[in-house]
Amino acid sequence: MSLDLTTIWAFIIAFAVFVYVVMDGFDLGLGLLFPLFPQKAERDTIMNSVAPVWDGNETWLVLGGGGLMAAFPLAYAVIIPAIYTPIIAMLIGLIFRGVAFEFRWRVQRERNLWDAAFTGGSWLAALAQGIALGAILQGVHVEGRQYAGGWWDWLTPFSILTGFAVVVGYALLGATWLVLKTEGELRDKAYRLSWYLLFAMLGVIVAVSLATPFLSIHYAQRWFTWPNIVLTAPVPVAVACVSALLLRSLIDRQDSRPFFLTLALFALSYAGLGISMYPYIVPQSITITQAAAPRNSQVFMLVGVAILIPLILGYTGWAYWVFRGKVRAGMGYH
Amino acid sequence: MFGGFDAVELARAQFAFTMSFHIIFPVFSIGLASYLAVLEALWLATGREVYINLFNYWLKIFSVVFGMGVVSGIVMSYQFGTNWSAFADKAGPIVGPLMAYEVLTAFFLEAGFLGVMLFGLERVGPRLHFVATLMVATGTLISAFWILSANSWMQTPTGYATNADGQFVAADWLKVIFNPSFPYRLVHMVLAAYLTTALAVGAVGAFHLLRDQHLAGPRVMFSMAMWMATLVAPIQILAGDQHGLNTLEHQPTKIMAMEGHFESHPDGAPLILFGLPDEKAGKVRYAIEIPKLGSLILKHSFDAPMQGLDTVPRENWPPVPVTFWAFRIMVGLGLLMVALGLSSLLARWLGKLYQSRLLHVFAMAMGPAGFIAVLAGWFTTETGRQPFTVYGLLRTADSASPLAAPAVGSSLAAFAIVYFTVFTIGVLYVLRLMAKPPHPGEEGPSTDAPARAAGITPAVEGVMR
Repeated sequence: MSLDLTTIWAFIIAFAVFVYVVMDGFDLGLGLLFPLFPQKAERDTIMNSVAPVWDGNETWLVLGGGGLMAAFPLAYAVIIPAIYTPIIAMLIGLIFRGVAFEFRWRVQRERNLWDAAFTGGSWLAALAQGIALGAILQGVHVEGRQYAGGWWDWLTPFSILTGFAVVVGYALLGATWLVLKTEGELRDKAYRLSWYLLFAMLGVIVAVSLATPFLSIHYAQRWFTWPNIVLTAPVPVAVACVSALLLRSLIDRQDSRPFFLTLALFALSYAGLGISMYPYIVPQSITITQAAAPRNSQVFMLVGVAILIPLILGYTGWAYWVFRGKVRAGMGYH
Repeated sequence: MFGGFDAVELARAQFAFTMSFHIIFPVFSIGLASYLAVLEALWLATGREVYINLFNYWLKIFSVVFGMGVVSGIVMSYQFGTNWSAFADKAGPIVGPLMAYEVLTAFFLEAGFLGVMLFGLERVGPRLHFVATLMVATGTLISAFWILSANSWMQTPTGYATNADGQFVAADWLKVIFNPSFPYRLVHMVLAAYLTTALAVGAVGAFHLLRDQHLAGPRVMFSMAMWMATLVAPIQILAGDQHGLNTLEHQPTKIMAMEGHFESHPDGAPLILFGLPDEKAGKVRYAIEIPKLGSLILKHSFDAPMQGLDTVPRENWPPVPVTFWAFRIMVGLGLLMVALGLSSLLARWLGKLYQSRLLHVFAMAMGPAGFIAVLAGWFTTETGRQPFTVYGLLRTADSASPLAAPAVGSSLAAFAIVYFTVFTIGVLYVLRLMAKPPHPGEEGPSTDAPARAAGITPAVEGVMR
């Protein structure tokens, strides 16, 4: 029974992190692509497409971090010091990105400065998140109940690869978001970018998938041994199918579809990561059961989660609904 | 670099630094969110234009302040892992769920309705928009509830047990949440947020009244702010006194440091007004003190015995000078706030509320007083509970992450540079918004973006640059 609760909590945390990744993913993606849209009118439209919702998107990061500390305190205590530098870099990136949303509307002359902060912050945060992912996947040095490695252990070719992969993924989310939310020349440009980024995304998915089994025999066994392969093989097949549909929607210029198909691509990649990691929360060192908070902490929070998450999804959905439709230049609501 | 420093001291400095910057913003946004809800309610009830003008005026300031609060708050939520991982492991099962509830019940509520509050008036209509404003204001208060519950549990832990892994686990969640110091701290802090906001709003009103005493917006905001100061400042002093008595009961050592009581006073302790606490010598030099008044305030009897720090082992002493001085700054500012409230009441009675330049200068000077008092109050309570993170149970030195000093030092330096640049500029933008008076037809953030005429083509704009 206590194992069940732990598994439920693993899924809740995974869900919160996933929602964060895709929701702040497209916000950050817009920041990554900002230099490609040098004109002020375009930039205003891009900003306006997320101004009412970015804050809610970022809240999922706080839930992911806070929830991890609450439900798996040992994992939080080991993982965060292990990725100390990427985490600090991400936080600083998010500061620049976040304040740029407000500050750029308050000034005339220095606007380019805050646009640069928006871009730089987004790049720093996206890269740091990707590097953190790689650093966790490759495993960390644990002794007793503490991280026991150095403060540069996270930096490896693999973590650089995952950092780059996340940047590409976020950029694709951002580009397809613009396809969904804009019109005219801006949308045409977003379509073109989506093409390139889709192929880049498939490239990094393949690269990370090929590199992961070499990190640890555990990953190779998980994916390639019989009978696991019956369950793991559908993942790459599904990635291929979704990619085909996404390509199709880009060719047919169906504005409303590329973004959601990109979400599906993210969900599949994320499921792949889950398959690799389970049942570990700190790969090869600590399982979810070992890291789990005491049962009464899990139960106490589960009550709140069961009631509040549906409510949150409800009113967040309402906020997106209020600001639905295309954002037009000069008709922004900022 | 940083080799000569102790990693734990650097981690403490980092927490104190990032927290001191952060706390300014939520304090202001808690107060402003409620003020905005009141302004919008008054607008809906009376239809008077001045209220919606003021609403839109403060909404712009709110959006900047709130943004800075969000980004500096995310840093705080990760500090427990980055620099205090041993604490996160041991206290996570208790503190973690309280903070998770804060995210679920407060942060999402604020963030979810903020977009509609800032940009949605025309899209959803005034009534639904008012609901959004209320939700944001409620969210800020719920947030205060949970984070102060977590902080209070660390100060006065109850309802816990310890497990085989050395973790604190909840034995009774209600006792964890409603621990002994929590009600006092919550009341004291929410009142502080309201008072701080009232002083800031009052200072902006006073600034514009000094230039033109006939402006409708500044008159209304100044009058509202001065009522708030008049009513809340005395209540705050009472609440602070009660909080102090509660601290005496549960954290007597903190009181000893606040009062500068190095020695025990078996026949009634003096109230030390000023002096220089000398920890090495164990006494307050050049003390100006009123005999027996300390016992009267804290024990309600002139001759009540009070124990001093001489009854506490040295290794359990908090840093006395910081605690002592921060407390005096807070109380001194609190008394000035009461004086401002009374002065405004007198001016109001004389019919000079909008004319008295002296009052307006006083109110302007008191504009930052709330923020300083809040910081001083937090320095008092957080320094005074040292050397523990979970009071009496988990020492600060045993709470830190296993990091080398260079790692903590570099991140501290990075935060210092980023915070000083970014937030100084942000505060300048807020001051720039405040420097303009609210005017008829004031626009909210929705149409405020500079130079956004729809017809400007990129080519024309290029020429204009």
